[in-house]
Order: sequence, then C-alpha cells, then structure tokens
Amino acid sequence: MSKLKDNIIAQQFKDKKPLITYICGGDPNLALTEKLIPCLAEAGSDLIEVGIPFSDPLADGPVIQAAAQRALQSGTTLKKLLISLEKLRDKIDVPLILMGYYNSILNFGEERFARAARKAGIAGVIIPDLPVDAAAKLPVYLAEEEISQIRLVTPNTSRQRLQQIASQSEGFLYCVALLGTTGANDQIYPELKGYLDRVRQAAGKLPLGLGFGIDGPEKVKKIIDYPDGIIIGSALIETIQTGGDEAEMLAKAAEFIESIKAAMPAAAVK
Amino acid sequence: MSRAVKNEFEMSRGYFADFGGRFVPETLVPALDELETVYLELKDKPEFKNELKSLLKNYSGRPTPLYFAEQLSNYYDGPRIYLKREDLNHTGAHKINNTLGQILLAVRMGKKRIIAETGAGQHGVATATVAARFNLECEIYMGAEDIERQALNVYKMEMLGAKVIPVTSGSQTLKDATNEAIRDWVRNVEDTHYIIGSVVGPHPYPMLVRDFQRIIGDECRRQISEETGQLPDYILACVGGGSNAMGIFYPFLEDLNVKLIGIEAAGHGVKTDQHAATLTAGRVGILHGSKSYLLQDEDGQVIPAYSISAGLDYPGVGPEHSYLKEKQRVNYQSVTDQEAIAAFKLLSEKEGIIPALESSHALAYLEKLVPQLQKKDVVVVNLSGRGDKDINNFRKIEEADLHV
Repeated sequence: MSKLKDNIIAQQFKDKKPLITYICGGDPNLALTEKLIPCLAEAGSDLIEVGIPFSDPLADGPVIQAAAQRALQSGTTLKKLLISLEKLRDKIDVPLILMGYYNSILNFGEERFARAARKAGIAGVIIPDLPVDAAAKLPVYLAEEEISQIRLVTPNTSRQRLQQIASQSEGFLYCVALLGTTGANDQIYPELKGYLDRVRQAAGKLPLGLGFGIDGPEKVKKIIDYPDGIIIGSALIETIQTGGDEAEMLAKAAEFIESIKAAMPAAAVK
Repeated sequence: MSRAVKNEFEMSRGYFADFGGRFVPETLVPALDELETVYLELKDKPEFKNELKSLLKNYSGRPTPLYFAEQLSNYYDGPRIYLKREDLNHTGAHKINNTLGQILLAVRMGKKRIIAETGAGQHGVATATVAARFNLECEIYMGAEDIERQALNVYKMEMLGAKVIPVTSGSQTLKDATNEAIRDWVRNVEDTHYIIGSVVGPHPYPMLVRDFQRIIGDECRRQISEETGQLPDYILACVGGGSNAMGIFYPFLEDLNVKLIGIEAAGHGVKTDQHAATLTAGRVGILHGSKSYLLQDEDGQVIPAYSISAGLDYPGVGPEHSYLKEKQRVNYQSVTDQEAIAAFKLLSEKEGIIPALESSHALAYLEKLVPQLQKKDVVVVNLSGRGDKDINNFRKIEEADLHV
C-alpha cells in the first residue's frame, strides 16, 4: 500500500474525487496543446490525459477519431508531442498521463518511450489495446522509469480477470462505463453501481476512475456517487471545437471544466 | 526443423513465436475467450465436423477440382502446372470455407447477429450468404470507396438480405471497414459474432480461419498424389491478409521439399508508395489486434495500401505469414498490377478460365518461376477466386490503356 500512497496519480484521489480530462495531443496543432494543458489545469482538471494521435484508434468513437486526424494532419508525431510536453513539465502541477495505442509505442521503441516519457515528466500511461496478458516488455520499462501503467476494465470483465487487471494497475483503475467506444453518450449505464461494487471488491484500495460517455454536468450528477473520479474526453473535445479561434477554444474549455467541477462534490465521501 | 514450425505455436497460446496475440480493447477479451473455448470444444466433435463437411460438399460444392492446366503448361513449355479450383466454390471464391465454419460457431454460441468487413465484397457476399442460410441478421462494413468500385457485390449482399454499411472514416477501404466492424463488435459484443474474413485479427481468428481454410491444402495434397504420385515441387498463392495462402500452405509446412511461395501485390511497384506488399516492404507492428508485418510510416501511422485488386489492398498481413517469413519456410515475392493484368488475360485466353485479379497475382509469378524449372517439376497455383467481379474494372483499365 505504500506504493499507492506515494503514487502521484493516486494522491489526486486522496481528498477529492478528481476530474480527469482527455485531449488529443496536437489537435488541431501542438501550439494549441501547449496552451490548452495549462488552461485545463487552471480551470480545475486534477489529472490530464494526453492522447497520442493514431491512424487507427480502435477504442475511440467519431469525436476522438476526428481529433486524431486533425492532429496527424498538422504533422504531430509522438516525438514532437513528447517535446511539447517536456516544455510544460515545470509549468504545471497537474500530473500528465499519456494515452495511446500500442503500435505508436512499439514503433517508437518500448524502452526509448519509457525513458522519453519520464524525461517529459509523464506520470502515467494508458494503452487501451494492450491487455494485461499481452506479451509486451513495456510494463518492465515503465516500472524502471517509475511511470504508472493504468489498466482498463469493462462491464463484461470476469471476476477473475478483474483481480488480475487490478493487481497490475497503478495510480487508479480505469473503469470503462459501457460496452462501446469513447463518446458513446447515447447509451445509459446499465447497473453502474453493481458493476463498480464488483470492481471495488477486486481492486481493494485502488481508486476507480469512470470514463466513456460522460458528456456533461447532468450526467456527472447522476453517476458521481459511485466512482472515485471521472474521466471526460469526447464531450470536452466537442466543446473546444465550437470555438472559432484559439482564444475562444481556450475559453470554452475552461468554461466546460468549471461546469463539470460545479457538478461534483467539493470533497470525496469515501 | 519442420516439426518445430507448427509446434512453436502450441507453446504459447495465441502467438506464432513473436507474432499474433490479442491487442484489443478489454471489452473484446470475453468474446475472444468464448470463441476460442467454443471452437476448441467443437472442432474435433464428429457432429460438428460432419455438419461442416456436409455443407462444404452439398452447399459449396467441395471438393474443388485440381485441374491440370495443359494449355498453360504447353505455353510455358516447362513444368506441369495445376490449378486448385477454389473459384468453383459457391459464391466464387475460397472465402465460403471460412464463413461456413464460423456461422456454425455463431449458431452454437447463440449469437443473433453477424457482422463482417469486406474489401472487394467477396467475403461480404460469402458472409451474407451463410447468414441468409442460417437466418441471422447480417451487417457488412465496407469502405465508401470500395462500394463505388464494387457495386455488383453490394447489390448481391443486399439481395441476400444483408445491410451494407458505408465506412467514411480514414482511407475508406478495407482497413477502415475492419476498424468499424471491430468498433461495432465492441458495442454489440453480447449478441453479435464478428466473422473476420482472413487469417488476421486477434487470437483465435488467425488460427481458426486457417483451420477452416486448410481444407484447400488437405484436398490438394490428396489430389496431387493421386494424379502424379508425388507432392508438388512448388505451391503458389496470393497473399493479402493471407487466408487462401495459409489454407493451401498449412498441410505442407512439414514437407520441406515442397517449396511454398506467397505473392503479394506490388501495385505500381514496391519502391513506390503505391503497393500492398506488407511482408516485402513493411515493418513489424500492431493492426487490428495482432502483431505482424505492417505498412507504417516513421511515426507508426498505418499507410493505406494500394493494389488494383481490392482483395489484396490491405496494409497488414496474417501473423502466421510473418512467422513463416522469419522461419524462412515460405518465400514471399510480389508482382505489380501490370504483371497481374497480363496473367489475367493469359489464363482467360489459354484455358478459358477468368481468374480473380487477386489470384492473377499468383499466376503472374509463373513468369518468373517457370524459367528456373524443369519439365518434370510440378507446380500448383491456388486459383482462389473467379474473375467475374473484376471484368468491369478490367474493361475500364483496357479502355484507359487505349487512350494512353
């Protein structure tokens, strides 16, 4: 448990239910990403996930697919993204998490990625297409660089597998709220409480972050009692997209984060 | 060495040495587990085997002939050339060997809905066909660009009761149709079975599609022995995802005297950026849930493939092919659009058989191989499909050539 206590990501769950926000790195260009991250932190994001744009993002719905396309069109690469994030590392206090597909990392080199991520001040990594039993050396390299690997569970994950995944997840456990891709806000969450109770039994003290389909303050109010933190991506990206220019995009992002924070309890009831 | 070729797979579940695996969103893990369990339970049961065997025989028309292409052999004045006539299957290609097997698994798992991806539309038609036969709801994902190019197959699928869903993301071709089919499966995993069309995707697909396709090689082995009293010296097959090649190669993997050649689509040339020669020019990566050779750029972004043949127009390749390449058990070569078109014409004219443009790639390699061979040699070419679907496309090319 000392591992949990010292974990910079897990610490965000200590006295509150953190708001975790996702943006795609380089959407629509890295210059905006470099401004957006401090803006999200300032507005109240407790943890920030930065997506590594990929041509074939299997776990993502249309909003994040389009974001990745915009990022790729502006020439974003993993290498350039890490350089941008390194510039920010001393400017913000909020821990940064990289979320990306395994091919991006495999192509970059697993060991090289772990070292470069640490240099850029990355606290954690989420890879939605790298299941816990897949053959990959990455977990070893991440551990060497003291970067947390946050694992995902879904409503149809078996009890036995929940335990296996939870035991290898660091920082928190990413609970996918529904059977679907990101941004699927047309679906209701069936038996959310039962699902998270089941996960909690397997996860022990590891905090549970809930994401996929959380699209605004109303939804937040409905579900906030059950998880230890929430993750919002597609809805934030859609909101930012309604901004006509850079200043408006930043203003929209801040406003959206504030509206979500207002719907969340000030302190955790754990 | 040959024994190790196969056994290494059994040592590590779901991997062919370093290739394969299951690199998928967690949501799909229970469905892949279920599929694997049901398949392993059923595959050796007499009841399942008999049902599949009966369908392959009476519904699809197996065994397909092994035809001695005497005119083609005379034309080359070289080795004896045989054609494994997968084009004579119901729906016109080898694809139905797999869809019949998988639909039986879907029925056994109690799934109500079938989804599939398709490029040229051959796998889509083969899936829509078995879904109609077994009365299951069926939706086929197809790139918007391919829908344009393959209107006839779209019409066929619709006539068979399937819904064809246009895919407008990415390059709007097979790769993107596969992405969308996987995303659909993530959303509907509880009542839907995904019939993947090639030896690609996460474990257990590369294994089970190969097992359903190995009937090509099993029959061929028997037929060529009866006909010539020997095993073939060479077997040629085209490789996109690689299911017809895996199907004909697999039963011969341990016969090291049988040289196996997989032929990829070089499009406008492997030195250009317009080809689909994944094993020839790609690097190892992850696409559609498995680790294999992949056409990707420096940053690991998948590069859309190109080939005149929509069925070979895929930037990935089955993981077992990557394994066989590294083991050097199969020799992978490539031929260009132009070479394939010449072979398409040649077979039509010499034998009265119009081959699919995919299969024409395998035939085209004869031009390079035959000069190295002797008259006593025996070559088998897997004629994976018939060319009716390509005739419109082919006519356009001819007309374009006339105007050049």
